[in-house]
Amino acid sequence: MIQAKDINFYYGDFQALKNISMEIAAHTVTAFIGPSGCGKSTFLRLFNRMNDLIDNVRLTGECLVEGENIYHKSVQVDELRKKVGMVFQKPNPFPKSIFENVAYGLRVNGIRDKKYIARQVEESLRAAALWDEVKDKLKKSAFELSGGQQQRLCIARALAISPSILLMDEPASALDPISTSKIEELIHSLKKDYTIVIVTHNMQQAARVSDKTGFFMLGELIEYDDTKKIFLKPEKEQTQNYITGRFG
Amino acid sequence: MTMNKKTEQKIAFALFRLLGLLVAGILFWILGFIIYNGIGVISWEFLTTAPTEGMTAGGIFPAIAGTLCLVAGSVALAFPVGVMSAVYMNEYAGNNWMVRFIRVMTNNLGSIPSIVFGLFGMTLFVNTLGFGDSILAGSCTLGLLVLPLIIRTTEEALKAIPGSFRTGSLALGASKLQTIRKVVLPMAFPNIVTGLILSVGRVSGETAPILFTVAAYFLPKLPDSLFSQVMALPYHLYVIATSGTDIEASRPIAYGTALVLIVIVLLMNLLAATLRKLK
Repeated sequence: MIQAKDINFYYGDFQALKNISMEIAAHTVTAFIGPSGCGKSTFLRLFNRMNDLIDNVRLTGECLVEGENIYHKSVQVDELRKKVGMVFQKPNPFPKSIFENVAYGLRVNGIRDKKYIARQVEESLRAAALWDEVKDKLKKSAFELSGGQQQRLCIARALAISPSILLMDEPASALDPISTSKIEELIHSLKKDYTIVIVTHNMQQAARVSDKTGFFMLGELIEYDDTKKIFLKPEKEQTQNYITGRFG
Repeated sequence: MTMNKKTEQKIAFALFRLLGLLVAGILFWILGFIIYNGIGVISWEFLTTAPTEGMTAGGIFPAIAGTLCLVAGSVALAFPVGVMSAVYMNEYAGNNWMVRFIRVMTNNLGSIPSIVFGLFGMTLFVNTLGFGDSILAGSCTLGLLVLPLIIRTTEEALKAIPGSFRTGSLALGASKLQTIRKVVLPMAFPNIVTGLILSVGRVSGETAPILFTVAAYFLPKLPDSLFSQVMALPYHLYVIATSGTDIEASRPIAYGTALVLIVIVLLMNLLAATLRKLK
């Protein structure tokens, strides 16, 4: 589904990613862990070209999504981002109604069919396990929801445009434990339809939700393997030190 | 002498409160003074008829109409230009030398005395472009005057919108233009309207820029095109207070004119505040 080959990435003179290669299979959950500033978020943001928004960055290597080099000149970034959805660390719903938040992605992509939009909004909210809580107040402002609900709304918003990949950048780090566990359950249920890549600071979370885990440090991918193996029998000493909490 | 923290605090806050009240007091004093002296001449007739008898009697209707024309004209010119420049500088251009240059120049433009705008407007709009003394020339001049204000307040409004809303929109496949139109501008709208209010207040009160570009000393009829001259409230006030036919006799009319000017600005602020709430 995703293939990264020999990725090097620079912010100005600072090299944030060093020679990273990785393959991510469809319908899996892959977690990126590592200490702050290790490059895991930067790496995640390569897959929907969010790093394009930053000035003065440079990339070498290849990044393929569904076999297509997404940094090729012919690729339209907005089309890529329809295919590769993203959920951010802090819930960032728009100051619009709940319904309009979910419909936003459809509308900006030129869909006008009201029935289709209504159906898609409902399905996305159901998939994000939010429908039952909001079905009677779709016209209310999204800001009236709790933080956890807002984050699930953002997930629904991302699902509405039918992506095949969902990138999650520490989606639960701003939430309370109950909301966090709801998001984790949600990740489980979304796995059958989507390929999910999640960046997390929380190692238990990585262990709970993911099939594969990549451990990053100082811009390098130290180890990438089945989650069980990473947490039970890592090959590298650095990984062992990190997951046992000896640093980071 | 050492003072107990609590006493110290009490004295400080008492002082702050006093100064705050002083500011409000000055405002109420001015308002009260104008209302006290001006309310006597206010009547339906005063608001709806032209001055008569060498501007010592009659009303100020042409000046009210003229000021409204100038406010509408200048805002219609400056608002779109200002908002779009601010969007360009804040959303598109990044932080390069050109944007910094434009920003510094904008601020400089804002600190030019308004009489200079008046002279410039006379040279460019009235003479070179041949608009003559007209609503068009006056609106252009006033528009230039408030452009920096609109640009600056719009830029501040845009800066106040957290980047996460932009990335959230872009991540859903929206283009930059869609993001600005559908997310950023609606969110910034209330603060942009504040800028608009400030410019309306500024435009309706300015005298110097309209002195040589549009304002008529005495013109007891309504404008019939963009190329008409008009009377305007601030200039009318200036005229009857300094160079009327009988200054003493027209003094009450001067206060009445000032009162009307203040009320118009207040009404516009109220309107804009309502607009803000509706959004």
